[in-house]
Amino acid sequence: MSAERVSVLKPGETYASATDQISALVLTEPTRRTWVLFFVTSAALAVVYLYAITAVFAIGVGLMGINIPVAWGWPLVNVVWWIGIGHAGTLISAILLLLRQPWRTSINRFAEAMTIFAAGIAGMFPFIHLGRPWYFYFLLPYPNTMTLWPQWRSPLVWDFFAISTYILVSILFWYQGLIPDLATLRDRARTRRTQLIYGFLALGWRGSIRHWRRYETVYLLLAGLATPLVVSVHSVISLDFAVTIVPGYHSTIFPPYFVAGALLSGFCMVITIAVPLRRAFRLEPYITERHFDVMAKVMLSAGMVVIYSYAVELFTAWYSGDPFERGMLVNRALGPHATLFWIMLAVNAGVLQLLWLKRVRTSIPMLFTLAIVINTAMWIERYVIVITSTQRDYMPSAWGTVSETHYDWALLLGSLGLFFFLMCLFIRFLPVISIHEVRELIHEQEEQRS
Amino acid sequence: MSGRPPLGLLARFTSAEQIVAAAKLVAAQDYRAVDAFSPFPLPELSEALRASAAGVKWCVLIGALVGALGGYLMQWYTAVHAYAFDVGGRPLHSWPAFIIVTFELAVLGGALAGFFGMLALNGLPRLNHPVFAANGFQLASRNQFFLLIESRDRKFDPKRTRELLDSLGAAEIVEVESE
Amino acid sequence: MPTPVEIIQAWRERLARAEGAAYCDALQEAAGDRVLCGALQEVMPELAHVWQRRIDRRRLLQLLGASLAMSGAAGCSRAPREKLVPYTAMPEGLVPGIPQTWATALSRGGSYAHGVLVKTHMGRPIKVEGNPRHPASRGASDAFSQAAPLELFDPERSRACTRRGAIVSSSAVLRALAAVRDRWSARAGRGLAVLTGSTSSPTLQRQVHALKSQLPEARWYVHEPIDRSSVIEGAALAFGRPAEPIYDFTRARVVVALDADFLDAMPGHLSYARAFADARRALDRHDSVNRLYAAQSTATLVGARADHRLSVKATQVNGLARRLAVLLGVIDDGTSSHDQEHERWLRLAAADLQAHQGEALVLCGDHQPAAVHVLVHAINEKLGNFGRTIRLIDPVADASRSNGDLRALCARMAGGAVDALFMLDVNPVYSAQADLPFAELLSRVPFALHSGLYQDETAGASEWHVPAQHAFETWSDVRAFDGSASIVQPVIAPLYPGWSLPQWLALIMKGEPGDAMGIVRGTWRALWAPARDRDFERRWHESLASGVVDKSQSASLTTALDRNWQAHVQRSVPSEGLELRFTADASVWDGRYANSAWLQELPRPLTSLTWGNALLISSALARELRVVNGDHVSVEHAGHELTAPVWIMPTDYPRHTLTLALGYGRTRAGEIGTDVGVSAYRLRTSAAPWLGTNVKVRAVEGHSALAAVQLHHEMHGRDLARQMTLDGFTAGARASHSEGNRLPSLYPEIDRHGRYAWGMTIDLNACIGCGVCTIACQAENNIPAVGKAQVLLGREMHWIRVDSNRVGDRGEETVFQPVPCMQCERAPCEYVCPVEASVHDSEGLNVQVYNRCIGTRDCSQNCPYKVRRFNWLDYNGYEREQPLAAPAAVMNPDVTVRSRGVMEKCTYCVQRISRARIQSKIEERTIREEEVIPACAAACPSHAIVFGDLLQSDQEIHRWRGSARHYVLLEELGTRPRTTYLAALRNSKPLDDETLKS
Repeated sequence: MSAERVSVLKPGETYASATDQISALVLTEPTRRTWVLFFVTSAALAVVYLYAITAVFAIGVGLMGINIPVAWGWPLVNVVWWIGIGHAGTLISAILLLLRQPWRTSINRFAEAMTIFAAGIAGMFPFIHLGRPWYFYFLLPYPNTMTLWPQWRSPLVWDFFAISTYILVSILFWYQGLIPDLATLRDRARTRRTQLIYGFLALGWRGSIRHWRRYETVYLLLAGLATPLVVSVHSVISLDFAVTIVPGYHSTIFPPYFVAGALLSGFCMVITIAVPLRRAFRLEPYITERHFDVMAKVMLSAGMVVIYSYAVELFTAWYSGDPFERGMLVNRALGPHATLFWIMLAVNAGVLQLLWLKRVRTSIPMLFTLAIVINTAMWIERYVIVITSTQRDYMPSAWGTVSETHYDWALLLGSLGLFFFLMCLFIRFLPVISIHEVRELIHEQEEQRS
Repeated sequence: MSGRPPLGLLARFTSAEQIVAAAKLVAAQDYRAVDAFSPFPLPELSEALRASAAGVKWCVLIGALVGALGGYLMQWYTAVHAYAFDVGGRPLHSWPAFIIVTFELAVLGGALAGFFGMLALNGLPRLNHPVFAANGFQLASRNQFFLLIESRDRKFDPKRTRELLDSLGAAEIVEVESE
Repeated sequence: MPTPVEIIQAWRERLARAEGAAYCDALQEAAGDRVLCGALQEVMPELAHVWQRRIDRRRLLQLLGASLAMSGAAGCSRAPREKLVPYTAMPEGLVPGIPQTWATALSRGGSYAHGVLVKTHMGRPIKVEGNPRHPASRGASDAFSQAAPLELFDPERSRACTRRGAIVSSSAVLRALAAVRDRWSARAGRGLAVLTGSTSSPTLQRQVHALKSQLPEARWYVHEPIDRSSVIEGAALAFGRPAEPIYDFTRARVVVALDADFLDAMPGHLSYARAFADARRALDRHDSVNRLYAAQSTATLVGARADHRLSVKATQVNGLARRLAVLLGVIDDGTSSHDQEHERWLRLAAADLQAHQGEALVLCGDHQPAAVHVLVHAINEKLGNFGRTIRLIDPVADASRSNGDLRALCARMAGGAVDALFMLDVNPVYSAQADLPFAELLSRVPFALHSGLYQDETAGASEWHVPAQHAFETWSDVRAFDGSASIVQPVIAPLYPGWSLPQWLALIMKGEPGDAMGIVRGTWRALWAPARDRDFERRWHESLASGVVDKSQSASLTTALDRNWQAHVQRSVPSEGLELRFTADASVWDGRYANSAWLQELPRPLTSLTWGNALLISSALARELRVVNGDHVSVEHAGHELTAPVWIMPTDYPRHTLTLALGYGRTRAGEIGTDVGVSAYRLRTSAAPWLGTNVKVRAVEGHSALAAVQLHHEMHGRDLARQMTLDGFTAGARASHSEGNRLPSLYPEIDRHGRYAWGMTIDLNACIGCGVCTIACQAENNIPAVGKAQVLLGREMHWIRVDSNRVGDRGEETVFQPVPCMQCERAPCEYVCPVEASVHDSEGLNVQVYNRCIGTRDCSQNCPYKVRRFNWLDYNGYEREQPLAAPAAVMNPDVTVRSRGVMEKCTYCVQRISRARIQSKIEERTIREEEVIPACAAACPSHAIVFGDLLQSDQEIHRWRGSARHYVLLEELGTRPRTTYLAALRNSKPLDDETLKS
């Protein structure tokens, strides 16, 4: 146990050194070229995103590659993918906290930020997808003169509540974690402006032990609430599909299947961010090989659940003997989008297995590439689920397929741009590592030694 | 310098062990109006000073219950009474379908109540506080630990209390102005 | 050379002087005056764009602005004095919001009318229904009449007289006319030629007669791209006098159709379809069912419904007829030179015909040469079918007075003997056969005048053009396939200047148009020769009210076969190589309906193609040519060549036949119809107008995407469109798997407490797959046309689609299945809607609340029948101009026009239900069965759709649902549809060797 605890931080770190170094990243560090590069490119993509949204709102969802029978297109694929990415953050911050995993400390902060940005972006796509987005508030249970209310049996309403709750709770959780660090920045800040800004955001936190007591308790309770929440969110998303009667949607394996998929793609994204971050800001002392090793293990286990779900889906489709279910199977394997199906299997069921090797788990470059490849395959998985299922459902006479337009691409790439744009801002203006938790960790280590 | 008595004496300690020990002694001498400041939570310290978190627990529980109950009742009322529609031949009161929103609202209620309850009980946000004026206090968010004995404590005596803190190995003792 | 300012000033003065009608004329001339326009564009460039573009509301305002800029600046010239009548007293019988219905008649192509009832809302004709009292309609209607209101309000209709493209006043036309009239009337009409379509109008016949007696030298030519000449000629050869056969399918137990598509292509097809369907309705297993043998040279609806189908070359049909005649002992020659399949088919047919003498029927297609008709007449005579299942009448569209067809006219024009040519309601420049240089000859005619609905190809090639009047705007009369006449009465005042056909002949003869009603009344006064004036008025009003002139059916001719009829029988040998069949198009007919977005987007039967034609080829030929759907091939026939995209037909399509529909490749049809498809006329020769032989075809570069709405015709072993054998049916088999019991469900049975429970049942055995239901629904429910690009994306909006499903072991049989919304009682679309935009009403309707819909499209995702349609873009032109959006005038005010981003679907025509409900509440009674008929059911020619209240056990729908053929589509999903089906029946003759040997 103790050996493990030690190995999550490079030895020789003190309260002072940790505090100074991490807060320096925000306060005194000069802007790096790499950061500027990232910032500008992602900002440019974010503009593309805004353009695409504006066009779709102004002219209509017909700009995207959707039709009857495939009325759900890329926006829905993106929702599922982005929400999934969000999940890793909550898992790290909440579940690992409950499990008392010290290694979470150095990565939970930006993982949570990732969660909020990803969930936020995911939350936008349903509105982009709406035929009349300007009436989105019809989904809200608000009192109105015509006493109209939402239809509570609809999974889309469940979605609406699940995603908005998820975003709100994640923000609370993240912000509470930030408060003491904002105080730290306030105290380190040299210029009046930064002092004011961080002071204001810190809400006057002064590290009173009585405050710490309540703080800790609520933090744990929030973690306790966030844990079932995160499981529920992607389960609810999966219900959008599972409660329908569409072959390929209508499947009881979906909730666990989706949650596992979410963790897989989420951890891919954490690694994708952690690697350059660590390099750029010399965070090696805090984000060690061991972090990557553990995250790779999580990916592997989540991946195995995903593979199991594939197997169950295929088996039940065949075993049911139902012509429509079997037809769905045939369509996926041989239909218009068969290539994607096979890529999905090859990567998520095949390439993933490389993670069994310690060599791969500990080699940063390999892990980095794997993370990106698998995350792409996870997007494809969602495409296969969402789009190929209705393409050929019950009545062959109504069969038809879609092909994406450049608006679909603009929205997907643009959303990535927006995501990294926000990430860049976060890295520049907030401590990417939870300072007070690092101090706590150091304290614990000293206790271990003494 | 206003004529009003100071808020209290603020003693700086350089290590967690010291301040925990100090706090224990101070508590043993049944000082009550004592507070401590540290760069990270110190369970032993809060025990020593008998800091309690019972309040926030109740906040979370009540918040969650209100969310759950309110959520379910809202769905039941709107679906069965206010806006009763025949939807695909499903029963008006399709309770299994109502569970999910109920759950989500329970979580939301609990989280909001917990967070804002914590702030309220901590008296935050409060952007200015006399201790901030104390010399070197900004190190409380770095690597220093502070013990504050307030003058409103009935056992407080400027002279004797200062001696006590001295004896506990405080690196520095300053008087905190009252606001 | 005056400066622009001077020119404008001159006009201003002239306008200032003019008053009243003269003022308008002057304005019109001004608008047409090139010099002035040029000058204006110089002086006021900001108004330049106003001239070019098509006129809509905005343009009109711009034009008003322009004219103000002109006349206003011209020293405030007084506006023309006119009397305005305020709308204080409401016209008699007009209640705002209550539609009025007028009986009139429409004819597909030129002649052969069917009676229609036009529903007008506040004076706007918005919907056409068939006239139940009219023998050619029996309540049904065809796609063209459904699209008629759209045609009437088509903003691209010709709106003004033009001379060489420049707008002129109608008085200018009259002046020019007077000039030429003097010339020909001096010479007994020499040099005058009138070209019309074939017409069955008694008035026109009378006028032509008058014209010829007044001006003996005048010539009348008839150009009808899709005519029946060989039918009439065949009768003439067989019986020694021209005649047309009409059939009675209700009496025919056995029907042998030799390349004859009586369900679609023939005059009277609506009533034939109804009679044929009734003869095999068979709700009960003891009911009798007729049997249909069909030999087809291309994909036809009759072939699809046939119990015994045979795919042959068109030139083999004569051989088939001969062989049949031999087998039936009509003629004797030893030839049995047929392959096994043909022989088997023939022997089966012959045996059946033998067994059903007098209640059998043999017919052949209009396009078949006269010789085949002669044989068929002989066979029917031999079987004693005349007077029972078939009778002869005088040709309905009498062309005996005409001086021939376009070929004759061209010959005369080439001879320079035509110096005044009137082309009335025809478009010969477009539809002339490829070997006739009509356009070129036309340019040499000194005075060429075209009158038509559109500024079409011929209008472009003629000096003068005058807008024609739409059938809804004018008085006329017309006859149906059986001779029964209808008086065509206007249902709206003419929208644009122009004259109707009767007025034109009056113009040519007398010099002034006169009033159309007077002319038509004159005809009937002469025909009826009433004793007293009152009698005439009574009959006139009766005829107008009922939509058909009482007892006007042509009498049956009693004629025996001509003595030497056999002389006309030919021993034609089937051609070698490929054959090219020209067919009338289901959507644009001969091309005249090309500018209708509704028709263009109506899926063509069997192929489901929209927006254009394609060269239909067999899959075998496709393999030879190595082409896939849409690839271009070059077709060469009689020295004419044409490049066309191919469409590959299923297995039973004749291997060596190419089919190309007429009516496409228009060059001046309008924004919608121009450059859609390829023009078959460029391959069509006057020698063989219907069939090209020894056709060469080769694959060439190029591909065009073809917008078919149904891409999969196989059912992949799914039991969707069901078919039973008659034997199984009579033996007591049931179509439904659940034996009529409802499948169990987890949900409690709910009682909707509705006063009615609406339901629909569709008889797949009656459906002929014509698709009229689709366009009728479109016209009734304001469904937008979305255009080819959107159809290619799979975004067509039709609320009811007609699937053609391939069944049978080799998928060689077709079962048509109309699929509207199933109105499920356990609707999967409803529980997934987050905003309750899709809910159920107390009468069991699955209603869609447009105002509430936010467009999540979950309902469509969860609809196993995929009958929901979504407004992906602003199809109705709310936000920006949409060329395809129907004009507001044609919209049904009872139906919401949907905006962008909302879901829509079949509503069972809920607006008709509520109208009936209101009426029934006023009269304090329940709604009667005949009161609510959805548009699809009303239009259906074969009565394949029945709608009714499931709570009133005396309604027809209960008899249908009691049938053993009744089944529920995808019943196992537990959606409990209110729309159900009756399985189709195949009545194939059991094979016994005797029939084959005998």
